[in-house]
Amino acid sequence: MLHQLLQSLHDSTVATAIREGESLFPWIESVHVLAVTLVIGSIAIVDLRLLGLASRDRSVLQTTALALPVTWCAFAIAVISGALMFSSNALVYARNPFLQAKMLLIIGAGLNMAIYHLVSARHASGWRSPELTPRRARIAGAISLGLWIAIAACGRWIGFTLHTPP
Amino acid sequence: MVSDAERAGSRGEALSTMDAICEWLAATPLSQTIAGVGWIIPAVQTAHILAVATVLTSVLMIDRRLIQAGGRDPSMAWVARRFLPFIWWPLPVLLLTGLTLIVGEPARTLKNPEFFLKMGLLLAALLVTLACQLPMRRDPDFWHRRSARRWAARLLAIASLLLFAGIAIAGRWIAYTQSN
Repeated sequence: MLHQLLQSLHDSTVATAIREGESLFPWIESVHVLAVTLVIGSIAIVDLRLLGLASRDRSVLQTTALALPVTWCAFAIAVISGALMFSSNALVYARNPFLQAKMLLIIGAGLNMAIYHLVSARHASGWRSPELTPRRARIAGAISLGLWIAIAACGRWIGFTLHTPP
Repeated sequence: MVSDAERAGSRGEALSTMDAICEWLAATPLSQTIAGVGWIIPAVQTAHILAVATVLTSVLMIDRRLIQAGGRDPSMAWVARRFLPFIWWPLPVLLLTGLTLIVGEPARTLKNPEFFLKMGLLLAALLVTLACQLPMRRDPDFWHRRSARRWAARLLAIASLLLFAGIAIAGRWIAYTQSN
């Protein structure tokens, strides 16, 4: 069932064009790298403020308003470009342990963010300085920073482990 | 992309010197350790990309603020103070990780046109960054004071965004234009 799904993805017109085109894949990968750097960099702005390491003279809400629009735009571009690369060789990518780990870590980062926004950050309007930022918010920032560094590492490792047999 | 015929045709004095440098580097114990230990290159590339992320995000934050005119929050002075250091201080990390990658696989970079394109774009990007930064040292609102300056700042900001994006793109293309 999953195999059939991946096979039809692999056989799709778009995937075939990417696989057989001379320079389509490197261009999509370049866009993916650019988008990922902006996702990680903009999330790090928020994480470092939660940890009290940067933007200390701004509130948490001012910091998220500055950074998160960049995060969401870049994340959308990263997902689309990533899905295109995945489709070009779906069966091989789906088996890659680093791609699987990367997806799990992204889900983890998403859960961490959801818990932060829905539970921890309900009173964020009061977090005007690092001293007023509670411990649970600092922990969310540390987890996020660690997860996104691991996501970048997994992404890079995918390129080195595609041709080794499972 | 350079075809094999073109590459063979352009083989001159400079390239043979580069061949010799690459061969010598590749034979050093340091190069063989970097290339031989499986995790070193991906780990160093990860550190390189994280430093690139820091620079590109800081560039975007500053250029976005330069493009918006007027007294919005946060101020130009705050944005410059917060993000300018994060353009400059990842550079030693990028230099160190970049040099490690060159030593590990010298022919992959030193005989690669994309690598030299990347270095050219880097030089241009740093010059544009300095051109934006130096007038702001005395007066953080320098670029927003007059209409002509506001347009000059927008042009500089757009040039900066294109150059820094070009650096990252050329960097990824290094992997696809290796000479043999």
